[in-house]
Amino acid sequence: MSSVFDILLTASFWAAAVRIASPLIFATMGELICERAGVLNLGIEGIMVIGAFSGWMAVYLGMGLWGGVAVAMLAGMLFGLLHATLTVPFGLSQHVVGLGVTLLATSTSYFAYRLILPEVISPPKIEPFQVLEFPYLVDIPLLGPALFAQTPLTYAAFAVVALTAITLYRTPLGLAIRAAGESPQAVAAQGLSVTGLRMGAVIVGSGLMAVGGAFLTLSAFSSFFFEMVNGRGWICIALVVFGAWKPGKALLGALLFAGFDALQIRLQQTPIGQAVPYQIFLMAPYILSILALILMSRRAQVPAALMIPFNKGER
Amino acid sequence: MRLEPIANPGLGRRLGFPALALLATVVIASALAALAGANPLDTLGLVVKGAAGSKFALLETLNRATPLIFTGLAIAVAFRAKLWNIGAEAQLYAGAIVTVVLGTSALSGMGGWALPLVALAAMVAGALILLGPVMLKTRFGVDEVVTTLLFNFIMLLLVSYLLEGPMKDPMGMGWPKSAPLDKALRLPRIATGLRLHWGFALGLIAAGLVWFVQVRTTLGYEMRAVGLNSQAARFAGIPVNLVLVKTALLSGGLAALAGFSEVAGLKGHLSLDLSPGFGYTGIIVAMLALLHPLGVVITAIFVAGIFVGADSMSRAAGVPTYIADMMLATALLLMVLAIGLTKFRVVRG
Amino acid sequence: MTAQTLGAQDVVLRLNQITKRFGALTANDAISLTLHRGEVIALLGENGAGKTTLMNILFGQYTADEGSVEVFGHPLPPGNPRAALAAGLGMVHQHFTLADNLTVLENIQLGTAPLWRMALGVAAARAKLARLAADFGLEVDPDAQVGSLTVGERQRVEILKALYRDARILILDEPTAVLTPQESDALFDTLRRAVATGLSVIFISHKLHEVMALSSRVLVLRHGRLVGQVATAETDRHALAAMMVGAEVAAPAVAPMTPGPARLTLQAACTRDRGTAPGLKAVSLALRAGQITGLAGVSGNGQSALSDLISGLETLTSGRLDLPAPPPKWTPRAAVAAGIARIPEDRHKTGTIADFSLTENAILETYNQPPYSHRGLMNWAAAEAHTAKLIETYDVRCPGPSGPIRQLSGGNMQKLILGRVLELSPRIILANQPVRGLDIGAITYVHGRLLAARDAGAAVLLISEDLDEIMGLSDVIHVMSEGRLSPEFARGALSAAELGLWMAGQGFSDAA
Repeated sequence: MSSVFDILLTASFWAAAVRIASPLIFATMGELICERAGVLNLGIEGIMVIGAFSGWMAVYLGMGLWGGVAVAMLAGMLFGLLHATLTVPFGLSQHVVGLGVTLLATSTSYFAYRLILPEVISPPKIEPFQVLEFPYLVDIPLLGPALFAQTPLTYAAFAVVALTAITLYRTPLGLAIRAAGESPQAVAAQGLSVTGLRMGAVIVGSGLMAVGGAFLTLSAFSSFFFEMVNGRGWICIALVVFGAWKPGKALLGALLFAGFDALQIRLQQTPIGQAVPYQIFLMAPYILSILALILMSRRAQVPAALMIPFNKGER
Repeated sequence: MRLEPIANPGLGRRLGFPALALLATVVIASALAALAGANPLDTLGLVVKGAAGSKFALLETLNRATPLIFTGLAIAVAFRAKLWNIGAEAQLYAGAIVTVVLGTSALSGMGGWALPLVALAAMVAGALILLGPVMLKTRFGVDEVVTTLLFNFIMLLLVSYLLEGPMKDPMGMGWPKSAPLDKALRLPRIATGLRLHWGFALGLIAAGLVWFVQVRTTLGYEMRAVGLNSQAARFAGIPVNLVLVKTALLSGGLAALAGFSEVAGLKGHLSLDLSPGFGYTGIIVAMLALLHPLGVVITAIFVAGIFVGADSMSRAAGVPTYIADMMLATALLLMVLAIGLTKFRVVRG
Repeated sequence: MTAQTLGAQDVVLRLNQITKRFGALTANDAISLTLHRGEVIALLGENGAGKTTLMNILFGQYTADEGSVEVFGHPLPPGNPRAALAAGLGMVHQHFTLADNLTVLENIQLGTAPLWRMALGVAAARAKLARLAADFGLEVDPDAQVGSLTVGERQRVEILKALYRDARILILDEPTAVLTPQESDALFDTLRRAVATGLSVIFISHKLHEVMALSSRVLVLRHGRLVGQVATAETDRHALAAMMVGAEVAAPAVAPMTPGPARLTLQAACTRDRGTAPGLKAVSLALRAGQITGLAGVSGNGQSALSDLISGLETLTSGRLDLPAPPPKWTPRAAVAAGIARIPEDRHKTGTIADFSLTENAILETYNQPPYSHRGLMNWAAAEAHTAKLIETYDVRCPGPSGPIRQLSGGNMQKLILGRVLELSPRIILANQPVRGLDIGAITYVHGRLLAARDAGAAVLLISEDLDEIMGLSDVIHVMSEGRLSPEFARGALSAAELGLWMAGQGFSDAA
């Protein structure tokens, strides 16, 4: 146990936790917005892949880093539009459409990768986002480097959480989005378009998921690999449940989760860790996600109209 | 714009839209081929030739279709009862692990009984893997989509651990693969000189059995009732949770047979690349078949043909092989849309 | 003030020749009406007469095929709900359009500010709401979650919602269906206050005494057509009833019967609360052979818990449920085996499986028994023959046993459910809202079947929100309120007003 405490007392551990959390924060907020409007978006995994790929490819082809983020976001929104069109006005199965979007977005990324780089064996690297330090604040022990020596995208992730929370709880638009996920009939009775609100939420949410994916290539790994998203999207779906569909709690969940991940990476290096097969450590995030789902299953207030299509012709 | 349910869709509507979906898929795939700088018609021809242009190609397609029949059936059975089993990949590997464990040691001396016994054990393993998420669903209301998906990742890591540890082939030159299966436990070829093993025949039999279960048995009636309206089913006295558990056992067992058949019929050992996503592709196979068990056989062969054909086309025409995945994902989405449009019509006002 | 004395300048709403067709069905056939300032008109008609369709057209949820709408002299653009709201129309739907997990204030504010405004303006909204609540006597806690409110309080929220939007024309669709008689009176008081300030009201109902009490003019719809329009002062209930159904309906004649032994008894039965719906609180009840026990009460007061308990869906947390032959485990299947015929509240979601054929629906409770099932195999021929017999015996109008049940009208669906359960010669019948949403013909049929079953010796529990139905059919009556059960009252022992007091929770001993 002492090794765990040693790890917890290093600033690099906390910095790593926040870094690992960043893509999860973006994607979790994206999924949260979709689900608050009443749509489960299982396209998340594939949309993260297309975000990681398109952002990276845009930068590789000469756009700036922020240009890459914008391209990733647009690509995500495009697949969000596809998902929303099929699930909202047509009311098709959100399960099947979501998986279909994941398969399509993933294969589109791989196809485009091979199309643009036919002969490449190892993917080219780009110059990723650099760490941006806040003077003085960064000197706070333990938490200074974690919160004030990160890349701009990490700061953006936190800003997105604040923006999501303010929009959802402090604006007419947010109220309408939440109502669309709770009682679409109430929204329609006010002459607001449930279809518009839900589609908008899915499109914007998908854009955020794609930025989460782009974090991996533009901020974390500086290159694109197949399978690099590796189930993070599914984990984010668990995080939304864990966060009880509330932005603040979901942020805490993402940080907690990333903390465990950072811890297991470091534990692998310790003598005890080396005695355990590394696959056990790698399984931890998935097992934790399942545990989180079980833990929250009976407690959270699920949006009442989640996964229930709305057709104004029905009564 | 709103959707109006169609009380009794005609045959034209029920077949026309799915046909249109497939046609649209081909058009989109042609456009992708053109994007890759190839002539769409030539590309299409190369895919067909690669999939069915020779006896060798056709047998290759049927071999590739075999695991897809099993995973497609697994998913068709589960989705029919609205049990969203996205974990066929994990169940497949569970079946493969059991096949290798029993097939390399315990049962090698049992003669003719060994093979069916191994298949049965594999089915039990796959069934148990799905039982976990289903219990979480019925007990705690945890959505099984996410749990079965997460199980896929856990299972792959488990296989990785087994292949680097306890099941590692000592003669494997350091590659992460298991020791080979006992010769007596290999599924024989259907005919000598024919590169097609009995797993394919087993798949056909399984499809027939599943069809029989769905249409003629009390369990089939229960599974359909639960899938269409679980609230009414529960009210009427159908034990919904028990039906879901039975469905899970059947579905998980079928998916595990894919692992059994791949190991015992084709590969002869376990490795991390045993399944290039057969579990996920099974979803496409089942949906394209409109969840009909006999349709699964046809769509499995079709889907396998596209993969095999795209592989050979890719070598010849230089279009990335991922065009096959894109095409199938497109087909899946369009087919869901087509099914929706057979039940509803879009009206104004 | 009657319509005749009002000048044309006082017309606030005018519908001109509104026609709406759904396929072969003409839901509204050239309907015209005018509404004046400060006037209450009643729109009377059976279920399916086209009232709700007409209001949906008015509110832009549907677009009329022909005809036009004028509000305060200006044409209302069709198919545009926001234009209707902006023109001063406010609607209180029969099924409330409120989000349970949002607060009262959030529900009221929804859609009132431009979506892209940066702030919600909570303080100003709170002040306006408080003012309106005081003006109209509609007190409600703005920060309460709507899900925790009673039905009466929710209706207040709906009315406040309309007033908050400065509605000048208020439309109420079956507003008293969910209220106790006393709550209904309070609602009428509120409406009279509103009308005195110049508001105009359209009151949709099929309850004649309310129409008589509140409105100054009555419009009667039948089969989508406006069949009559009279000043309330110049008509009476019988004339209106005749106009509504095309002929006067006779209340069923219920001959008194000596009840037999108890077929099912509850002693101090308690069940879990579910969300905001109360469970049973020490309920004691005896269902006797040859007797209809009526259960009155405002919906959401434990009727579902009682119905679920007797259906086998719910189990007791304490107390006893006694049957002549108690089963080891209480499940829906055990309830069927104990001879309980269950007619569920929601025939679409609980009673039938829409995509199943009539045959598949007809054997839902017996599919696992011979002759339909043998060694795990289905015998579809036997099932189909049985269904054909049901269709014949119970007069189910349908294309045949193999079509999907979704194509049937509500009445025919209910007849098939009746056939499904009555053919098993039940000892006990649980009928939960058995005629809700049915037309007069089907209502008469269902009531006739229930009375016949009682005469044949079945113990019947009739649960209904319609006090007239309860008082007309029951041999004995209980009232439920917040999960508690009143003592048993003999037929005719209490007046509607007295039952209403029980429905409002008065008279229950607190020890219960």
